[in-house]
Amino acid sequence: MNEAVRKLPEGLWGGREELEVLTFDIAGEVFAFEAFIVQEILDLLPETMVPGAKAFLGSVINFRGKVIPLADITLAFGMEATKPTIDSRIIVIAIEVEGEPVLVGIRTDKVHEVTTLLRAAGEAPPSVGMRWRPDFIDCLVKRGSEFIIVPNLQAIFTAQHDRGGNGHSRG
Amino acid sequence: MSFPDPIAVFRTEAAELLEQVEAGLLDLNVNLGDKDQIDAVFRGLHTLKGSGAMFGFEALAAFTHHCETAFDRVRKGEVPATQALVTAVLDAKDHMRALVETPSGDHEARSEYLLASLRQAVEGSDGNASPAAAGPALTLYKIRFSLPQNAMANGTNPLPLLDELRELGECRIVADRSGIPSLDQLFPTDLHLSWSVELLTAQPRSAIEDVFIFVMDEMELEIAAEQASAPAVTPAPVEAVASTPSAQPVSEAPAPVQPPAPATAPVPAVVPVDAKSSKASENVRVPAEKLDELMDRVGELVIAQSRLSQLAGGSGDLQLRAVSEDVERLSGELRDTMMVLRMVPVAHLFGRFRRLVHDLAHETGKTIELVTEGETTEVDKSVIERLADPLVHLVRNSCDHGLEPPEERIAAGKDGAGHISLSARQQAGEVIITIKDDGRGINKERVRAKAESSGLIQPNASLTDQELYQLIFQPGFSTAQTVTNLSGRGVGMDVVKRTIDALRGTINVASHPGKGSEISLAIPLTLAIIDGLLVRVGSGRYVIPLSAVEECLELSIEEDMRSRGRSFISLRDSLVPFIRLRDLFRTGTKPDPFQKVVVISTGSERVGLVVDQIIGDHQTVIKAMSKLHHDVATFSGATILGDGDVALILDVGHLVAEGQQQEAHLRAAG
Repeated sequence: MNEAVRKLPEGLWGGREELEVLTFDIAGEVFAFEAFIVQEILDLLPETMVPGAKAFLGSVINFRGKVIPLADITLAFGMEATKPTIDSRIIVIAIEVEGEPVLVGIRTDKVHEVTTLLRAAGEAPPSVGMRWRPDFIDCLVKRGSEFIIVPNLQAIFTAQHDRGGNGHSRG
Repeated sequence: MSFPDPIAVFRTEAAELLEQVEAGLLDLNVNLGDKDQIDAVFRGLHTLKGSGAMFGFEALAAFTHHCETAFDRVRKGEVPATQALVTAVLDAKDHMRALVETPSGDHEARSEYLLASLRQAVEGSDGNASPAAAGPALTLYKIRFSLPQNAMANGTNPLPLLDELRELGECRIVADRSGIPSLDQLFPTDLHLSWSVELLTAQPRSAIEDVFIFVMDEMELEIAAEQASAPAVTPAPVEAVASTPSAQPVSEAPAPVQPPAPATAPVPAVVPVDAKSSKASENVRVPAEKLDELMDRVGELVIAQSRLSQLAGGSGDLQLRAVSEDVERLSGELRDTMMVLRMVPVAHLFGRFRRLVHDLAHETGKTIELVTEGETTEVDKSVIERLADPLVHLVRNSCDHGLEPPEERIAAGKDGAGHISLSARQQAGEVIITIKDDGRGINKERVRAKAESSGLIQPNASLTDQELYQLIFQPGFSTAQTVTNLSGRGVGMDVVKRTIDALRGTINVASHPGKGSEISLAIPLTLAIIDGLLVRVGSGRYVIPLSAVEECLELSIEEDMRSRGRSFISLRDSLVPFIRLRDLFRTGTKPDPFQKVVVISTGSERVGLVVDQIIGDHQTVIKAMSKLHHDVATFSGATILGDGDVALILDVGHLVAEGQQQEAHLRAAG
């Protein structure tokens, strides 16, 4: 588990032409995390609300005896929250906060597969015409008729971490 | 790679040996004639020398050799043990530590100096003849030895052993290659050779055995003397001959081990050695993080088990229930055992203070006797580690400033030697560590004067003795210039306070002018577990540390209504502010008809917490909150309940502060 906890590459591609990712759905959009930060994919677990915490990180779960926060990406992107279904899963990822590895669960509607994204198909997020904060997105990768969103987790979590209670309030 | 780094293993071993040597020396200092301690010190030095040489710490081995020689002579009664010798070897011991830690550093000058003082300490009592000069006649030994197949993987290198034999005298070494398998079965890391050696030497048999002393446990060694040597030699320091080589693990069976051939020599002496193995097996060294990992796994097991119990309870299957009950009992026991594993006796912690006091006595020119009590009291390992620093400060203060110089003591009608006692005992979930001296005590007037002049307290403020004493833990409280008999007590005392606070402990100070002072630290036994009160607020469950709970009472509907505007309840004629956790947590649920108030306190300040239901006592394994939740001040941690759910632990200090604030607000509003 520990080797996986390494710094996210500065630029997402870091000179690479291909990226191994795990793709999943949240609120009708396809997202992807780099595969190496993914620790585990879990069925939904009982959640414990943390009163006083930001809505984005509103609850904690018991992940193998550790208490880890559960993040709701929909709030960062200002999307409609979706109801849990039989396909809903929690993806546990490792991110770096203040130089230390931290585990976080991400609620997703459906997990697809591990796949390879090509740099050639990637595009930087457009600066206009998008309802999401551009700095929360590392890149958009075209695949078939759809776009896969690779979120910039570092930016999302740093924003939530630094800005206190209202980091998500956009959209 | 599962092979431990041999150098790291040696360092750990050396650290332990040095500690053992130090303890022996300090005991010896008290009772110079103690034969057992002399032997213990000698054995420690001897082992250190040998393993040092084996792992390439040549400087260490050479240096230790001289100390060992000195102690060998003491052991044989050639020279008496003296204070000077003990002090010299204690200094030498510190140098050895440096040699272990930085073998490549420049230690020559220091080595020379220490050896000179060591020589002086020995020669001072007896002038002549080192033991080697006793020169027995030459003896021809026939030695056969073989090492286990995995010896090289474990860090043993046979070549230095052979070199050491060569140093003993004229030597003819023949390797026995008969054990080498055919190429397809040959593992390059395995050792297939055995050796036979003819050694002509003036050294006794024990010298040969010493060469092998660190591999003896696992090897086969056969030494036969061709000619009986002249003087009788001290028996080799080989302990218990427990079992024959055939009793060794089966895995070694294919090794090219020659069965001990019937010796044809005139004085045959086969030494099948399995020394010290029984002693070594009693303790296993485990890194603390492995224990933490195990603890997590056990936690998961307990949770999985409680799910199983629920399933079993729901089904009518009797067999399933029986199994589930077994698992429940076993996992409970496993958890209890796990808790015990983290506990270590405070003896280890106290041990290092003997040296500190010994050194301080030298520095200050005082005679100080340290008495330790209750060393077997067990405390969680992480607590022990964090207690070391504050205790050093406290002991140092007692020695430096608490105890008077001998003349002053005798003038005051006291024993010239100062006494410091360090004791530990358990008392209801806490361990109490007391540092007591019979010195001059804390001068209350001076503390007060200092506190007033530095603005810590109002002039003529009325303070209890306890409150006054607590002032010495304020940062930078006293300086040598202004409070002579307390000089230095300000330095580091705030560190003591901070550390003890962080451990959720308390400090109690007692002092009698002219008779001494006593500082007691009360520390919870473990940081990992607390007793908690499990409560329900809305649909969420929370844990309140039981140590903070004063009492629980019911909030009747009338009282609830009456207190809408002013959140106070009257509790035995005093008003206690309370916080409705349902509001604070914004549960959005309707209050239960019979709400409860849990009154919590920190010291003198109290606050009531209104909850919906008190569920009961709960042994809580504390889990830290994620870094991402550090902005949430209401909770100090989380715990996992029997059914696998997470419950948050309320931060009592924060809630009390909040309650007090609310009170102040209301008071201000009139």
